[in-house]
Amino acid sequence: MTTVTDSEKSIEQPAVAKNQEGVSGLTLFMSLLMGTYFGIVLTKSEVVRWQRVHDMFLFNEPHMYLIIGVGVGVAMISMLIIKKVSAKTIEGKPITYKPKPFHKGVVIGGTIFGAGWAIAGACPGPIYAQVGAGAWMGLLTLAGAMVGMFAFAALKPKLPF
Amino acid sequence: MDFILQPWPWWFSGTLVGLTVPLLYFLTGQGFGISTSFQQVGAMCAPGSKLSYLRDFNKRKGMWTLMFAIGIAAGGFIANHLLSATPVEFLPESFMTLGGGIRLFIGGILIGFGTRYAGGCTSGHAITGISNLNWPSLVATIFFFVGGLGVTWGLGSLIF
Repeated sequence: MTTVTDSEKSIEQPAVAKNQEGVSGLTLFMSLLMGTYFGIVLTKSEVVRWQRVHDMFLFNEPHMYLIIGVGVGVAMISMLIIKKVSAKTIEGKPITYKPKPFHKGVVIGGTIFGAGWAIAGACPGPIYAQVGAGAWMGLLTLAGAMVGMFAFAALKPKLPF
Repeated sequence: MDFILQPWPWWFSGTLVGLTVPLLYFLTGQGFGISTSFQQVGAMCAPGSKLSYLRDFNKRKGMWTLMFAIGIAAGGFIANHLLSATPVEFLPESFMTLGGGIRLFIGGILIGFGTRYAGGCTSGHAITGISNLNWPSLVATIFFFVGGLGVTWGLGSLIF
């Protein structure tokens, strides 16, 4: 009997062992709400416009640099306060930042993304905002991004890290 | 009301962008970032994939990034159709051509590949990472601009 149980376990466990713990329905709803907030901010700030991105890289105007700079500053102060008061989420969980590690992809991938940002005039957030707002050519950028993601998934074992 | 309907100034926009980080943490417990949604869509589209990048991804947790992305699309719709005096010009006229479409598609490939290789984009690295004093995120952001400035100034006359 024990062997049967063991073999059953070995079949079932990989699926369980792979961390597939989900998030709550409340979290999903709040994610949708916060996405809507951010989509409005991206669009009204004109960060979604190809011309604004192009003018940023040409140093024609400080608009984008100022938005990113103020955004980082406000986020930094917010994080200091969150840590100071050990703020919790609405579900009572601790708020913790998971640091993104350094590897060669940060440099190589970062440069590749920057090139794409300049060509398509959108980073990932604005791509979704463009499509939602009815700028249908943005679907091509989105389709490209999916191809790029699949290409990365396929090439990942061979890429330097 | 006129203030709302016009393009928002940098100080107002920047403040609201920055507040996304604490608001998202408070309401969802998640760190602000968008490009993981590409991986989520990939993992959902290829459930039986042999690629560990897609197979081992936690799709149930990653669902929040997809909801966030759908929200951004809804926000884009609301901002453009209900909160703007004149429609926002997302892409210049010159992109409404075959050549323009090809440029967007190629740009998209670089965005999808690059953000996933770098482990984040403008939101996850530049905004969230730097504000948490995570130095690899500062390096990533510097190289976002190396790539963007290199293409704009190096190949500008060829592609724009």
